[in-house]
Amino acid sequence: MTDTSGRTLDFTARPAALRRRHAAEARFRMAGRLAILLAFGFLVLMLGAIAHTGTGALKQTQIRLQVALPADAPASTDPAKADFGGLLKQALRARFPEVSGRKDKRRLYRLLSIGAEERLREAMLEAPAPGAQERVLTLWLPASDEVDLLVKHDQPGRLGEQEQRWVAQLRESGEIRVAFNRGFFLNGDSREPELAGIASALAGTAWTLAVCFALSFPIGILGAIYLEEFARKGRWSSFIEVNINNLAAVPSIVFGLLGLAVFLNLFGLPRSSPLVGGMVLALMTLPTIIIASRAALRAVPPAIREAALGIGATRVQTVFHHVVPLALPGMLTGTIVGMARALGETAPLLMIGMVAFIVDIPGSILEPATALPVQIFLWADSPERAFLEKTSAAIIVLITFLVFMNLIAILMRMKFRKRF
Amino acid sequence: MKVQPIAAQLPESRPERPGGKKREYLVQARDVSVFYGDKPALHGVTLDIEQGKVTSLIGPSGCGKTTFLKCINRMNDLVENCRVEGRITVAGQDIYAPDVDVVALRAHIGMVFQRPNPFPKSIFENVAYGLRIHGMTRSKTELADRVEAALKRAALWEEVHDRLHEPGNGLSGGQQQRLCIARAIAIEPRIILMDEPASALDPIATARIEALIDELRGDYTIVIVTHSMQQAARVSQNTAFFHMGEIVEYGATKRLFTSPRDERTQNYITGRIG
Repeated sequence: MTDTSGRTLDFTARPAALRRRHAAEARFRMAGRLAILLAFGFLVLMLGAIAHTGTGALKQTQIRLQVALPADAPASTDPAKADFGGLLKQALRARFPEVSGRKDKRRLYRLLSIGAEERLREAMLEAPAPGAQERVLTLWLPASDEVDLLVKHDQPGRLGEQEQRWVAQLRESGEIRVAFNRGFFLNGDSREPELAGIASALAGTAWTLAVCFALSFPIGILGAIYLEEFARKGRWSSFIEVNINNLAAVPSIVFGLLGLAVFLNLFGLPRSSPLVGGMVLALMTLPTIIIASRAALRAVPPAIREAALGIGATRVQTVFHHVVPLALPGMLTGTIVGMARALGETAPLLMIGMVAFIVDIPGSILEPATALPVQIFLWADSPERAFLEKTSAAIIVLITFLVFMNLIAILMRMKFRKRF
Repeated sequence: MKVQPIAAQLPESRPERPGGKKREYLVQARDVSVFYGDKPALHGVTLDIEQGKVTSLIGPSGCGKTTFLKCINRMNDLVENCRVEGRITVAGQDIYAPDVDVVALRAHIGMVFQRPNPFPKSIFENVAYGLRIHGMTRSKTELADRVEAALKRAALWEEVHDRLHEPGNGLSGGQQQRLCIARAIAIEPRIILMDEPASALDPIATARIEALIDELRGDYTIVIVTHSMQQAARVSQNTAFFHMGEIVEYGATKRLFTSPRDERTQNYITGRIG
């Protein structure tokens, strides 16, 4: 293998220097793969752990009970007068006739959740008009959180031996089932874990994000367009730019303090309301949207602007007919990224009182509300063990929301993308 | 407002021609200097551009020829810190007068850029856009007719008539540039400025653009910046040679290329500088 000049040409020889260069490359590749594997592993671990704990909250233990309605039962049209608790206690005593003594009886009553009364009321309203004779309703009633934990996870918790025996007895006879927990999605918050749901927090989040979007999207986009396309570049515009960049890095709790001082104390807007929450989150989201939108506008080739201006389009026509349509995918992505951050934000909402215990589903932006991440925070702080799985389940809902929003961002980018 | 003929004082501002035929000058620049910040790009350029003719501006890179071109439709306004001194009149009107509306000015002075820059819209929309924003058509059929006329004038109709609603940037480079010319002439400007319109194109596409320029001459006054001396010789009637921000020589193309009067022109056209 020699060329005409007599030098040897060997492409298979690997001198030490070349070997070292290849080794460096191999090391870098390895390190890169390892980093990705590690990141992915942590993600799977986190999601797996949450999913593992959280799925339990989607199911609920129910106890079948035959509730006897006496002939003189109060009219179902006037449930306020009915003694649902009494009827249930009676039914429980009928199921376990051997139980006697006040203490034991009280323990027996604690097998059922307080929500069972509500369920009985609903059943009585659904049932046909009561006749003169006695009726028996067979109902699946929610069990208490402790029974729920025992049945689902085999954790006796504070339940004594006697209660465990009763549960075992009910289980054997098929009087206990684990059913889908609709209440988790339909109920508001509750002190009773088995009744607590995320509906109020979801509604609060939806209202808050709606306010946040309505404020930050138009202001952010228009601000970015003005700064990028119309404002004179000078000392003022660079001063504003520096400030916007700094605002994007301000810790979110500071925005919460600002909301507390200005929106609540100065303007007197309603405390705990999605209106104020949305306004605070909008302040926080604005810099993100402006920065992303300006980057998107800057990425539009100047040739497009020259083309439009060159045939006599005005500045506004140039921007809105040609530049903005091309920058829109980037602007929308920035907006959704900002909104996704707002969705997961807790600290500023704590400052303006959205940390309240909210049972009712808020119907407007002025009613007191809480938000999903705050609900997670509240539940994680609760002493009852059963709230653990509620917390995880709420996190799953939050993450689902996030994934959904990012999906929208990707779809929008694909829809609006144009070649230029 | 009528600009006094001042050719007597500034003989170099006008291309001389044998025979005493009266000539119309559409654009008249007097002592135009341009600064980018503190950096001067043009000093004291005085130049008259003949109506209905093709005038080419040649010179080495950075000599100020594009800067001068962009003064004529005030595209330099878009450049931060750009200052224009002197006086440019188009059809007798000072275009840097405070009451001049740039939008109206640019509607009468079309521009074709170095790189084809069709809008990312359909071929039809590209041509129709100018007509729409200037409200030049009253009905859809009129719009379609004028788009067709502009495309025919730009020698593009045959190639695109069956795909008018496909994106303009799906065309080849040469076709895109002709689309940009169609877009410019659709709104019936008096002047068309061309900034190296063929520099991004292959020789065949270039030949078509040059043929088109020749075709448009007469109806439009064309000012073309070019790097290629052959192109200047082929398409233009008058040529101005720019060097270091000044006009070195201006004259009839044929005369300038055959018997240049200035040594620098001589050196440039023979390839010794530039």
